[in-house]
Amino acid sequence: MYRSQMQRVLRLQRPALLRGPCRTGMSPQDRAFSTSGRRDIMGMTGFTEEQLTVREAISHICSKFPNTYWQEHDQQEKDPKEFHAALAKDGWLGIALPESLGGAGLGISEATMMMQTITQSGAGMAGAQAIHANVYATQPLAKFGTKEQLETTIPNIINGTWRTCFAVTEPNTGLETLKLTTLASKTADGYSVTGQKIWITCAQVASKMILLARTTPLEEVKKTSEGLSLFCIDIDRENPGLDLRKIKKMGGRAVDANEVFFDNYKIPANALIGGENQGFKIILHGMNAERCLLAGEALGLGYAALEKASQYAKDRVVFGRPIGQNQGVAHPLADAFMKLEAAKLATYHAARLYDTNDGSVPFHEIGVACNSAKYLAAEAAFTACERAVLAHGGMGYAVEYDVERYMRECFVPRIAPVSREMILNYVSEKVLDLPRSY
Amino acid sequence: MSGLRILVPVKRVIDYAIKPRINKAQTGVETTGVKHSLNPFDELSIEEAVRIRERKGPIKVEDILALSAGGPKCPDVLRTAMAMGADRAFHIDVPDKGDGGPEPLTIAKMLQAVVKEQNVNLVLLGKQAIDGDQGQTGQMLAGLLGWPQATQASKVDIKDEAGTVEITHEVDGGVETLRAKLPLVITTDLRLNEPRYASLPNIMKAKKKPLEKKTLADLGVEDTRRLKTLKVTEPPPRKGGGKVEDVDGLVSKLKELGAL
Repeated sequence: MYRSQMQRVLRLQRPALLRGPCRTGMSPQDRAFSTSGRRDIMGMTGFTEEQLTVREAISHICSKFPNTYWQEHDQQEKDPKEFHAALAKDGWLGIALPESLGGAGLGISEATMMMQTITQSGAGMAGAQAIHANVYATQPLAKFGTKEQLETTIPNIINGTWRTCFAVTEPNTGLETLKLTTLASKTADGYSVTGQKIWITCAQVASKMILLARTTPLEEVKKTSEGLSLFCIDIDRENPGLDLRKIKKMGGRAVDANEVFFDNYKIPANALIGGENQGFKIILHGMNAERCLLAGEALGLGYAALEKASQYAKDRVVFGRPIGQNQGVAHPLADAFMKLEAAKLATYHAARLYDTNDGSVPFHEIGVACNSAKYLAAEAAFTACERAVLAHGGMGYAVEYDVERYMRECFVPRIAPVSREMILNYVSEKVLDLPRSY
Repeated sequence: MSGLRILVPVKRVIDYAIKPRINKAQTGVETTGVKHSLNPFDELSIEEAVRIRERKGPIKVEDILALSAGGPKCPDVLRTAMAMGADRAFHIDVPDKGDGGPEPLTIAKMLQAVVKEQNVNLVLLGKQAIDGDQGQTGQMLAGLLGWPQATQASKVDIKDEAGTVEITHEVDGGVETLRAKLPLVITTDLRLNEPRYASLPNIMKAKKKPLEKKTLADLGVEDTRRLKTLKVTEPPPRKGGGKVEDVDGLVSKLKELGAL
């Protein structure tokens, strides 16, 4: 076999091919065929050819960004801009955008696989959140945007020149989207925005924002679903009408999350996406897709934690044998694995329903599937992360072993974009036909 | 010289990061359920073909044809080749018989037929496939065609419109630079280039590029075997070493083992 010889040559010539990728992640010498001999614990049967292609290609890119890269960026709260740039360079931000706009025309099934592969690579939620909005918030823009928006904004987001963030949530209106108060009032040549948004990821590094704001005051709204409008606006940090404040947070510290304050911030009329007052309907369309992406991100995180834990349980010897030989250690991990596998099936089932999109699946069934997937995947990820930390014992608490980072991050998919409790409410009401509690 | 028509033969092999295992019957390496990918040396030759085009040298690249002979999974690596930049592909359908596939001479004859049929004037091959490690196909093909060959290239430079090509290859103690004229056979070595990742738009475009299926019979070649594999076994496991205190200890140990 030539392999051993080649490994020797590579060790001298391209050590990164063997050692695993090195720190900066960006020099061409870091290029690797496939670095880790790590066994994939996730079952790989049943995926489509497209999903497998995506998984392989994304793993290649992620292999240039080792765990140390993410540890460092998490600790120093440093934006992983090289990672965003690497994915943009090879066109991945356009995965789910139509081919006519320079995207790949793939579906949410493939985008979910991309997000899962990213978190699973060790990048965690930080890696996913660095690009999430660019993949997801561009969907309504692609569907409802004006010709000008499609021709300028979309290509620049796909190629990474501009980054975007997505601003819906407000401090006083979390899940009650229809009660949003940030107001965009009409002026002679556009709108003037006043109000506050919160939990806006990547606002510090983005140059665009997809903003949902009120264009008809709540008391004047005739139909409850009307009154909000969607805008694609520039983030002008020099403008005194805009203030961004970073929120210190538990996990995913590489990626900034912000409070955003608008005070008579002027935006042009052509920033509007779709019809005025139609914003809620427009974003409603993308919500199920976002549930799927989040579910995928959670799964990746869970599998990453479980892989670490099972490896550690195999390697760590106490009382003369690997700790994984003790059923007290092995069984919780085996149980976490089954939970992840079940959630995986639910997730890709939901994504498939979403992509079917030919009217054969009732809208309500897609909603139930996507919400269930998000719930199950987030809970399975939490179980896997928690047990991974415990299986590591004291080392689970050390940054070096990564599982503490995953543990901190796995709360994101549990809480966002909709809480566990609201999903339970949704299923109680829509599936079980029980009276609404709120 | 009108234009370069490049043929890049590629092979689907067990991924280089995977530790190969011998099958139960001891007739070869276990291939079922094992991750496969494009032979790394073939990745280099695809990359080089694409770079020759991108360099916009004295001769324009008219066509890059990727070709692979093997079973039904072969199109996977051909799509990869096309995503990296090949224009079209031939899949020569050779059923998997678990015997390691056609011998190098059969492959060389098949390539000879394709070169003639497709009017190819440059063949870029990996210097060997990392499964069989035979490293013969390129040389045999050059012999059959009566073309010059440059093996284990670490640099390929097309000098002029007349088709002069300079190839650098590494030899013991230094590098050797060769000059030849097209048509030509070149085999690639590790240091030739750094193969690119296929970008998403190119992966999508590759799905629409033409992939033609052919058989050996279409090319007038028969899959005859001249060699029979008797047995394949794993190398004996390494025994642990011993430590000696000093030079004297080393010498006496070597004497004891009959090495001195």
